[in-house]
Amino acid sequence: MRISFTDLWHYRDLLYFLTWREVAVRYKQTLLGFAWAIIQPLLAMVVFSVFLGRLAKVPSDGVPYPVFSYLGLLPWTYFSAALTRSSMSLVSNQNLLSKVYFPRLLIPLSGTLSALADFLIALAVLIGLMFWYHITPSISTIVMFPLLTVLCSLAATGVGMWLAALNVQYRDVQHAVPFLIQVWMYATPVVYPASLVPAKWRLLYAVNPLTGIIESFRASALGRPIDWPTLGISTLVILAAVAFGVWRFGRVERQFADIV
Amino acid sequence: MIAPIIRARNVAKSYQLGAIERPPNNIREAMLGFVRKPIERLRNGKRRDELTFWALDDVSFDVRQGDILGILGRNGAGKSTLLKVLSRITEPTRGRIELRGRVASLLEVGTGFHAELTGRENVYLNGTILGMRKREIDKKFDEIVAFSGIEKFIDTPVKRYSSGMSVRLAFAVAAHLEPEILVIDEVLAVGDAEFQQKCIGKMSDVAHEGRTVLFVSHNMAALQSLCTRAIMLERGKVVMDGEVEPAIKRYLAQTKVAARGNRQLSYNPAFKPSAVTIEATELLVNGEPGDTVQSGDSCTFRLYYRLLAPDGGPIRLSTQIRLSADGQRVATLWTNSIDGAGVEATPRGILECTVPHWPIRSKQMSAEVMSYVGQREEEEIRDAFAFASYDGDYYGTGVVPGGELGFTFIDHEWRNVPALDEELLDADSAA
Repeated sequence: MRISFTDLWHYRDLLYFLTWREVAVRYKQTLLGFAWAIIQPLLAMVVFSVFLGRLAKVPSDGVPYPVFSYLGLLPWTYFSAALTRSSMSLVSNQNLLSKVYFPRLLIPLSGTLSALADFLIALAVLIGLMFWYHITPSISTIVMFPLLTVLCSLAATGVGMWLAALNVQYRDVQHAVPFLIQVWMYATPVVYPASLVPAKWRLLYAVNPLTGIIESFRASALGRPIDWPTLGISTLVILAAVAFGVWRFGRVERQFADIV
Repeated sequence: MIAPIIRARNVAKSYQLGAIERPPNNIREAMLGFVRKPIERLRNGKRRDELTFWALDDVSFDVRQGDILGILGRNGAGKSTLLKVLSRITEPTRGRIELRGRVASLLEVGTGFHAELTGRENVYLNGTILGMRKREIDKKFDEIVAFSGIEKFIDTPVKRYSSGMSVRLAFAVAAHLEPEILVIDEVLAVGDAEFQQKCIGKMSDVAHEGRTVLFVSHNMAALQSLCTRAIMLERGKVVMDGEVEPAIKRYLAQTKVAARGNRQLSYNPAFKPSAVTIEATELLVNGEPGDTVQSGDSCTFRLYYRLLAPDGGPIRLSTQIRLSADGQRVATLWTNSIDGAGVEATPRGILECTVPHWPIRSKQMSAEVMSYVGQREEEEIRDAFAFASYDGDYYGTGVVPGGELGFTFIDHEWRNVPALDEELLDADSAA
């Protein structure tokens, strides 16, 4: 059984409504509502600025540490939220799995896309922050941001699909994912610069697709040259992850209703 | 000859029934198990002692376009599994299904409804889940809302709805699906009588438009009036395929198969009978053995008993039948509540308890039986009876009242007391 793309296309409106449901329901009955999308990366930035920037004096490639870390935390928060939501998505929608047919892939996809909404809101803070520190965006910023967002979405979806399918069978996944994300964050230049990593490890470091995404995100925001080889490796890894995710997902898709 | 719209060939579906695990005896075992179990699970993959259950076994049939196919069978015959396989929710273990057309399945009303969202939002969500396009819903939206009859609340969150209201809205969405093949499981059993009538009307409209419908129901009247053909399943196999009428007859006859002696009674080992034992139970529905009761039927519980010491003098036997509906205790029928002291037992006999008009509606029924001699509890039989109860014409009006009216019927009378005398009314209200 392979993923049917004609089916996916027929159900494209459902992808929209599933995503929209996730977004609409997420902040229902909260006081702060969508402000939560901003608060999370913002508070993380404050914490890291105080402890790592001020106290531990982690270098930040010559940029004010708050801007530096927010530029890492923004895509990272998106990636980790997208990964968490997509990998939990099938299990939390099990009533849909056992009662009606539609391409199952839409469920983890809507998990990723619903995180995108938060990301776009949090992006507004970045603009404010750049304004505050007198950092002018360049052409590269405007061209690269959408591209990097797409790459980041693909990375989360590729891994998320696979974990979502695995989670249907082994609920161990939902306990492992938060830990995985925590470890992954420290293996990614989110709160420290990639330049801290010794040159001989750089190639291996680039295999973590988030390295390329976050470094390029930062570079393009600050108008610095992008490390193309690293981004290239990251892109290849992401494409491989997506292919693997689609393959694994397609193999077990039709058993979901029986084992969930 | 046009090719069939559905072609099922040798379809089989098996499920693994997990082996029953023995609970640990002590803390040491529990802790060992805690360490061992994940390792064993990894090593064995699928455990060897799992049982395989074939929910569908070599099922083949064709459906032509425009057929309204009724699927009959007792609980566990494989109907729901068949619908799930046909609607691609699950894959058959063996065999092949060819579908020429888009399938919409309705195995549940309101799949994907979210309580926090408004009626309007849920119409779109549920509609797209069932395979509609947004444009299609836009076009039919007013019609859907009008059909549901809840125009006033369409922008209220569904969590504020009564269960009846959300069912109406959900069915209204489903009724406006336009797939080539529509698969429906028992969903007509919701809503009040008027709404049900509306739904059946809508279904026959769909049928007349030349769409293909597969329909599972225990509502024989609906099957009879809607279906052009029926197949009957027994233990996962197709045992009948053809006219509706004979299939219904067979289904009804089958549900009345003699129960006596076939039932394995499970006795509570805590009690050792010394004076009397109940050897078998039997349910009579309108005087004939059966395991399906409709509201309004006469229903007799028979307990076949035998004295263990026939020469030990006269014995007064008292018994209780504790009835549960869907696992919830609803009533206890006790010999002593009628004549105070049980019945005079003969060496062998049948103790009969008759409910002249069965009052419960659609529920899965079960009953425990307890027998006493004097104060001593002789025996306790779990699941002494198990039978299905369905909605019926309890009040003898020719109409089966449907829907959200509660789970039981109660004999009652209505009467108007004309207020001829003002003083009488005043006196009443003063009292």
